This record gives sequence, C-alpha cells and structure tokens, in this order.
Amino acid sequence: MAETSALVTIMNNVNVLILRAPGTNRDEETAAAFAQFGATVTPATVNQVARAAFRLSNYQCLVIPGGFAYGDDLGAGKVLASELNLKLRHEIEPFIERGGLVMGICNGFQTLVKAGILPGPMSKGQQVTLTNNDSGRFECRWVYLTANPQSKCVFTRGIGTIYVPVAHGEGKLVAPPEVAGTLDAALYYTDSDGNRGAGYPANPNGSIEDIAGITDSTGLVFGLMPHPENHIRTTQHPRWTRRDATETSLGSAIYRNAVEWIKRL
Amino acid sequence: MIYSIEICLKEGQPDPRGEGIAHDIYDLGIHSRDVSVAVSDIYWLEGELSPAELERIARELLTDPVTREYHCPSSPCSDSSVTHCVIVTYNPGVIDPVEDTIMQALKDMGINTITAAKTALCYRINGALDSAELDTIKSRLLVNPIIQHVVEHTPAAFPKSPPHVFEIKHIDVLGANETALALIGSGYGLNPTEMAAVREYYAKLGRNPSDAELETLGQTWSEHCVHKTFKATYNFEGEIIDNLLKSTIMNATKELAMPWCLSVFKDNAGVIDFDGDWAVCFKVETHNHPSAIEPYGGAATGVGGVVRDVMGTGLGAKPIANTDVFCFGPPNLDFKQVPQGVLHPRRIFKGVRSGVADYGNQLGIPTINGAIRFDERYTANPLVFCGTVGLMPRDASHQGKQNPGDKVVLVGGRTGRDGIRGVTFASEQLTRDSTSLSFTSVQIGNPIVEKKVLDGLLKARDKKLFVRITDCGGGGLSSAVGEMAEETGACVYLDRVPLKYSGLSYSEIWISESQERMLLAVPPWNVDELIQTFAEEGAEATVIGEFTDDRMLRLFYNDTSVCEMEMSFLHGGRPQTFLNASWKKPEYLEPKPAPPGEYNDALLKILGSWNVCSKEWVIRQYDTEVQGASVIKPLTGNQEDGPGDAAVLKPVANSRKGLVVSNGINTRYGDVDPYWMAASAVDEALRNMIAVGGSLEQAALLDNFCWGNVKDEQSLGALVRATQACSDMSLAYHAPFISGKDSLNNEFEHEGRRISIPHTLLISAMAVIEDASKAITMDFKRAGNLLYLAGNTYEEMGASEYYAQMGYIGNNVPQVRPDTSVRLMNAVSLSISRGLVRACHDLSEGGLAVALAEMAFAGGTGAEISLDKVPTGEEISRDTVLLFSESNSRFLIEVEPGSQEEFEKTLRGNACAAIGSVKRSDTVKITGLDGNLVINLPIQSLKEAWQRPLRW
Repeated sequence: MAETSALVTIMNNVNVLILRAPGTNRDEETAAAFAQFGATVTPATVNQVARAAFRLSNYQCLVIPGGFAYGDDLGAGKVLASELNLKLRHEIEPFIERGGLVMGICNGFQTLVKAGILPGPMSKGQQVTLTNNDSGRFECRWVYLTANPQSKCVFTRGIGTIYVPVAHGEGKLVAPPEVAGTLDAALYYTDSDGNRGAGYPANPNGSIEDIAGITDSTGLVFGLMPHPENHIRTTQHPRWTRRDATETSLGSAIYRNAVEWIKRL
Repeated sequence: MIYSIEICLKEGQPDPRGEGIAHDIYDLGIHSRDVSVAVSDIYWLEGELSPAELERIARELLTDPVTREYHCPSSPCSDSSVTHCVIVTYNPGVIDPVEDTIMQALKDMGINTITAAKTALCYRINGALDSAELDTIKSRLLVNPIIQHVVEHTPAAFPKSPPHVFEIKHIDVLGANETALALIGSGYGLNPTEMAAVREYYAKLGRNPSDAELETLGQTWSEHCVHKTFKATYNFEGEIIDNLLKSTIMNATKELAMPWCLSVFKDNAGVIDFDGDWAVCFKVETHNHPSAIEPYGGAATGVGGVVRDVMGTGLGAKPIANTDVFCFGPPNLDFKQVPQGVLHPRRIFKGVRSGVADYGNQLGIPTINGAIRFDERYTANPLVFCGTVGLMPRDASHQGKQNPGDKVVLVGGRTGRDGIRGVTFASEQLTRDSTSLSFTSVQIGNPIVEKKVLDGLLKARDKKLFVRITDCGGGGLSSAVGEMAEETGACVYLDRVPLKYSGLSYSEIWISESQERMLLAVPPWNVDELIQTFAEEGAEATVIGEFTDDRMLRLFYNDTSVCEMEMSFLHGGRPQTFLNASWKKPEYLEPKPAPPGEYNDALLKILGSWNVCSKEWVIRQYDTEVQGASVIKPLTGNQEDGPGDAAVLKPVANSRKGLVVSNGINTRYGDVDPYWMAASAVDEALRNMIAVGGSLEQAALLDNFCWGNVKDEQSLGALVRATQACSDMSLAYHAPFISGKDSLNNEFEHEGRRISIPHTLLISAMAVIEDASKAITMDFKRAGNLLYLAGNTYEEMGASEYYAQMGYIGNNVPQVRPDTSVRLMNAVSLSISRGLVRACHDLSEGGLAVALAEMAFAGGTGAEISLDKVPTGEEISRDTVLLFSESNSRFLIEVEPGSQEEFEKTLRGNACAAIGSVKRSDTVKITGLDGNLVINLPIQSLKEAWQRPLRW
C-alpha cells in the first residue's frame, strides 16, 4: 500500500520538461503557461538530455517551444530534428510508447514534423512538412483556432474557439495526398464563429484544409504553429480595450488539459 | 575536393523567394514581358566523402522530402535564350552563419571528413531579357558587391586564409613634419590637433607609438566613442558654451534629480526604477553608414549592438522590447535620381526592415514601437535607429567594479576582420566610393550566437560569477577594455583571443568589431564556473588577460609588448575641441490660403503620404508577441490594423505596473527651426505616451541626434538650438534624459554637391505607470460617445504635412507651450487612469483631420465634428488651419455620455471642448466654420487611402 501511495504522489506531481536548443525562445512563457496549472517545469538543453543529465523517464510531458533553433539554418526546425533523431531517439521513442505527452509549438512543431515524430510513428520518417507561408513573409498576427471535436488530441479536448497569435514565416502545412487524408487535425484556423474556409488572413499561411495543429494516432503527441502560451491573461488580447476579450478565448485551456490529463493518469 | 549539392523545389511547389524577386524585377521598371524566377540553394562542401555519404547529407540534412529534391552534383547552369542562371555567393572573409551550422550538423552525423562549407543561391530567371536588363537585375537586386559576387562554376578550391607573420610596427610620428603627421593621423581617424597632442606625449616618452597604440587612441577619441562634438566648447554667436551636452541635456537631468533615476549617462544605457524590486533600462543607437552600403547586414548588426548595450548595462539586463525608427528616401524615387554608388531607397528599406526583423525575431525580443520617415535627402544617407529596453533586478542596476587580479574574459563570437575601423567610418562623410572602399567596415551578424551569449549571461549574472560587464561595440576590444580598465589598468594577451580565421594582425584583433561579443571582469575563483555556464548554452568564454592596479594599458602578442600606454593619457589626453556655431532663421514662401470649400482630396492625399500612411507591412513582420508582456500593441482597433500611439508592456508577471514606450520625430520642422523641432519631438513622445494612459510622474527621455556636416557653422548652430530645446523641455515636463547618442556628418557628396540629411532628432520616451490594465487605445469604441478636443490649436501650418502636399514649407512651425501643456497632459492622464476615457489619440502630422480619420477607421465606425467648437489659442478664421494645423500638445478623446460630467471636471481649467460624437454610420463628417461640410468621406475610403501606399 505504501508503495502505491508513493507512486500516486509522484504521478500527481506533474513534471514538464522544456527542451531548449540555441535559438529557442518563448520557453519562459511556455513554462508559465504550464506552471499556472501547478506543473513543475524544468528547462534542459538537447545536450543535457543526450548526456543523461536529465532523463525523460522522470517527466510526463516533453515540450519543444517556439524560437529559431539553430537560426532556422537549413530550414525551420531541421537541424534540431536531425539532433533528435541522432542523439535523443533512444529516449523519445520509449517516452512516446509509455504514453508520455509531447507538445511542439511553432518551431517545436516544425521540429516534430521534420523528425518524423508527427504525424508519426518516428520510424516512418518525415511525412509532412511546414513550409514558407503563402504570403512569402514572416507574419505576426492573431488568429482564431477551433478544436476538431473528432480529434483524439488530449490537449484540445473540450475547447471551442480560442484566439492566439502566430509569429512565423514557415507555417504552411503541406502533405502528400496519400498522407493528407490520414492526418488527425486537432485545430483549425477559422473565423471568429468557428467556420473553416475563411481564407487569408484567418488562415495565415495557406495550410492545407486550414489545419493549425495535428496529433498522432494516440492523441498524446501534438504540434501546432500558433502560440496559446501568449494568451494566458486577458490584457494580452489585442482588443481587450474594446472589451472583446473573454476567458474562453484564452489559450490557457490547452495547457490545463495537458496538466489535468497527467494528473488523472 | 569540393562537392556541390543543389536543393530545388519539386515541380509544382510554390516559390515565394522566386516570386519576391519577380515582383522586385517588376518594381525595377522591367515589366514588358512575363518574367519568372526560380531560386535554389547550393551547398559546397570541401573534403572527402564517399558517394553514399554525399547522398546521405543531401537527403537527411539538406532536403525537405515533401517539397524539395536534391541534385548532386548541382545541375549544370547554362544560360539559354529564355533562362538566365545567376549563382551568387559570399565574398571571401564574409562568414555565412549557415556554414557553422552545417559543420556542426555534419559532426553530429558522424561525418568528420569535411573541412569547410559554403553556400550560394542560384537564380534561374525566365523571360526574354536583354543583357542590360539582366545586369540591372544582378546589380540592383541579386548581388551586393560589398558582401557577394557572381560565380560561373563550382569553385575548384576555397580561398585559404594566409598565415599570420607577426611583426611589430612602430609609426614614426617623432620625425614626421606637419603634413606627414596629418596624413598619419587621417589613417587612424585622428585630426591634426589630436596628432600634435599624441606627438607631444610620445616625445616625452622618447619613443614612437606602435600602430596598436595609435589605433587605440583613434578609436577611443573617435566621435562615436567620446562624442567630441557634443562635448566641445562652443562659441554660439558670442555665447561661450563649455561642453554642450553637459551644460544642456545632462544639466537638466542633474537639476531634476529624480530619485527614480538609478544610473544615467554613465553606463551603456540609462536605468530607472520599475517597482522597487526591478529596474528598467533603455538605449537607442544608430547604425546609419553600414546600413547605407549593406542594408540587411548593417541594420541587423544595429539591432545586435543595441541589444548588447542593454545586456552590458549594470550587471546585465534582459532585453524585453525593441523599437525601430527608420528614415529613408521616398520608395517611389526615380532610379535616375539615385546617385551613383547608392542603393535605391526601396532596396534599402526592404533590406533594413528584414535585417532588423530577422535579428530581433531570432533573439526572441518583441518589436513594439517605431516610426518611418521619408525625405529625399535620406536617399544616400538612410538613418536606422534601433532601441532596446532591458529589465534587471534593481540590485544589478549599477555598473560594477573590478579588482586588480580579476580576469578579463571575452565571451561570445569569434573575432574576424568584421567592421575594422567601423567607428571612424561611422563618423565620416560618405562618397560614391564608400561602397567599394569600406567593405571591411560591414559587420556580419549571427543572432543565434548573441542569443546563446544572452542565455548564458543571465545565468552567470544570477550566480554572481562576474563583477563587471560591458559590450564589445564600436572600437571592439580597444574601446571595451580601454573603458572598463580606466580606473585600474589591464594586461591583455591578444594571441589568446579566439579567431574565426588565421591571418589577423594584433592590431586587427584589437580593433575588430566582430559581433556578438561581451567583455566581463571575473574574479579568478569564478572563472571555471563562468566558462562552464556559458558552455552549457553553447557560448565560448575565454580569459584574455587580467586587470591590474597600475592604470596602464598593456597589450602583448606572443609575449611581445605591442602597446604600453597610461590610462590617464588615453582618457584625459584628448585636446578639447573648439567650435564656432551660428544660426539664422531661414525664410520660406507662404502658400496662398486655399479657397473655402471641401478638403476631402487634401485629407486623402495626406493619409496616403509616405510619412502618414500605414506601416502595417513592416509591423506584421516583427514578432510583437514573444515574451508575452504586451498590453498595448503597435496595431490596434476592431481589425487590429489601426495606428497605436505607444506600446504598453507588463514586464513583471506579478506586478500590476506597466511600462509605456513611445517616440517623437518630425524632421520637417527642423527645416524651419531646430529649436521647435526638438521641442515638438519631446512633446510628441510625451503626448503619445499620455494618449495610451501614461503619465509624467515617472517619464524618462532619450535623445538621438543625427546631423549633417558639423564643420558647417549653421549646422552646428542648429545643433546648439536643438540641444537647448531638449534641456528646456526636459525641465518643463520634469522628464529627465537618461541616455543619448549622436551620429554626425551624415552627408553625401554627389557631383560636387553636398547633400546633407535634414537635421534629425529622435526622442524616445519610457514611463512607468501604476496599473497596466488602465491603458487605452486610440480606436473609437462605440457610437453615441462624445468627442473632446483637448489642447489649443494655433495657426501653425509651417512644415506641416498639408503644406508639404502643396509643395511648400512655410514658416509658422508648431511651438510648445509647456506652461499650459504640462497641466493638460496631467489632466488627460488622470482622466484615463480614472477610467473616464474610451479612446485617445494624439494630434500630429495632418492635424485634427488625420487623427479623427484614423480613430474612425481603426474603430470601424463613423464620427461627426464641428470646427467651430475647436478650442484655439488665437483667432482662427480658416477651416484648413483647424483641420490640418499641427499644433503640439493636443488630444482627441472619446468619452461615454455617462462619464461626461466627471471627465469635464477633471479637465477643468484646460482648453478642452466637446466637438462632436462617434456615429453609428460609416462616414466621417466635419462641419466647417460656415456650417458647410468640409470633410465627408466613408471610413473605407479613408482607410484605403491610408493603407494603399505600403501594401507591398
């Protein structure tokens, strides 16, 4: 009995590892977004994890935040993806098999996709990509995201339409036709009423089928281009002075879902 | 051997880079035929590889399998009648950051047989172009000869860096005659008076100086480092002003003696208190000359430099916001009017914009405020102002002090030939030859290296591993070590400085302005942990010397002394500069008053003018959201595209306090009177700050002067008048200056004619407010709300946007009347903090008409006002004056009917009147003095006129 309760204590303690690489940013906001729901967040670099200074087995959630890992040289997320494959694959594959949560935001999503972790499995290699926005530019703007109720994704459960910023130049999801039909789209770019097909700039990059985020076959690995961690208080909303900001449009729900999922394990 | 791999887009994949170039070709005026462009990436790897390894590199590392395909070797590139193939690569010595990444990634893959990597871009241009057109495309769009060249084939071998042969050089100043001495001096940026002082010093020592010693003096005594013009003694029309800066701007700060000013005019940035636990610092730099010749790299390193200033303030601050202000020639300038050797304003604009955005975005710093001014006189001399706000624990806000025996530690990027003599170059006049002569002055930036340094630095600061810090900026190590060791002395071993490539002489190492370097003073017992802390973030830290107690600067290379100089001479030996200045108010023609009628066209024209029009195209390419602190963003309104007055941040998560950041700049006023230009810029920065809910309680200012030739007495007189205005306004508004910077001699010689920039003063403001959630925006909120105009209008049309549209300058430039405006600003600020105001916008270029139009289309709702209700400071009988006068210290304010009484009570005693209301319609209507409509336009037309010019 004593052993079981010790295990429960460990399980109730939500431990999130934020993986950093040279050029990572938004790690602090991402940490704050998890921490507001009681998670313990630990930042670690790829090299620290590779030399086992931090073990993924001690964490229930692995997050790759936004930024410009390695300056996006050779393509956004490409070099970090290569490092995950070459240095961390022996840690990440079992972590996913054990049911650990994985989240990639913006540059982290690009990394997951290029490492083949999304849509997965990793053994299949890279199947889809995130490429240059149709506008040909880096753009920072706020977008409406609506969760797909059919998705298996645990991060987006019970979410309606939220309002969060994008800030990227390479966010257009592209997939070969044979893969596109099999993707589990967790989040769509929509208008404020949740309708797809609203065109640019509602879909800021030209992603196929207005997909903003996808999950793997388990619903536990999730990647998205926008930044829900940049909307966790109402005064971040670009129209809060017009009294347009609502609690339900916050991006926080995604992080709460992750923390609650882990607590229920 | 060299292996070549080309990465192309797969058939049918969109090519935004190619489309961008095709668009730019069209903009060059080449649009008679269908031109399309395909861009591919070429990688050259030097070393030995098996075919399987080469294929693996191409497939696994370089190719995105969904959108791209690889060819190794790269596909043959031959011109045909329809396809022109241009391969562009970097010049030797220019380091492409991608090369480092490739080498690192290859190592990760277990491939250790590659010794070097280079990158190139291949442009395949389809279309029937003649060779002249092709040359134009190459020279105007694809290649900047400062850093790039065209190659025909894969190179047979990469050029090797020559090994360095050490040889100490002494310069014969003791035996030089006056002419020879002046010539020697000009090589080091030292003028004849300074050279005389140098000779006198060395005559006493009985030896000649080494080149490193002269370099050190040249850098330390340069305008950029010591601001000798600003600190000079002036004879201004008979009035003797000793040290202009100290007797004006710095004196005002001293007199105000605000307790919240923690460190001003001492450190790399000015520091003020934030909330008792935290402090904020702010610095604005210019990076003009480098941006003129290599816009992307010049501007990027401008951002990198000012960010390092903030990182090197106190014991290290975290950069939390960037601001950018640019001045360019008009984007639609005829190519024929662009002087030879000068890049077209549009190319400079695009290059500067992407350089600033790329560097700031990659560092994870939000860009929250800025401005862009256009004037033909900026064509050859664009101005790039980069500002950074930093946040630090209050106990880290003061510059540290090292002890003798502490180590001199260099952190960050490796040292190359980048930016050699950038400091003296920054202070010199540009000529058409500048672009070919000054290539070593262009610095190449790598934001990820700076990010690594930053991440390591903040950890090292919190572990208290170092006792003092400064950045390596202009003048490189020579300035950084020279300044830091002024009170102690230092010994530096130049052969220990990590280099990018061999071949640098000790002098080059000493003055190199290679980017992303910081200098630390570290107690010996902390050195190992410090090096480890940086290594954890992937940044290199190297001990290059130690601080001493003999107040001597000693440099060694391979154990040979190459410099031995007293700090007292280096910092105290510069002869004071004496300057004559005078100023005469110019007289300009006044336009005939416009006949009564309607002014719809005039308003649309002003909204569509370069200076007023929407800058959304630029703003959206900055990350405004990273770090999550933004409360009021640069774009605002119901469509999030209206022009916000100032930015508000909530930088400390558990504090309600807010930080307002704003700016003021209007160069046109300086053509009439630099005093009122400066006063107006201060007023504009402060009223922008007030308009979003800021207050004068704790407002700090920064000055950035960019001036023309300061050998010209009139130009110097203008400088004196502008500084005097800064000082007067600072005292009147109780807003101390905490930091400043100047960039002089911004002029260009063209066909024997000197083209000087307009006298340009940027005022940046930063204010701490009690509650960030009390901030407001400028967009109209709800139909039925009342509109008030606060602040008197005067007949001040001189240098207005309205006159400019008519082709006139005029003479009645807006003045500032602080006796009434301080009270007004305090009342407006109070009414906002009490929640009585729904929207507030300052009146600036284009006056009342533009402010009203902007508030209406930003809010997506119409409005009606009457000019006869506008409060005026003098009798005004013309509608055009009431519509377009640019009198300072005015606000257009939206108030809910329920708040009317309390608002009016708060504003009592000030010039403030209800002039109309917000309407449910989609039209802006303004009734003139005679009761007829003088403006009657749908908000869609107003917005379209405002958005069209820069919708690129």
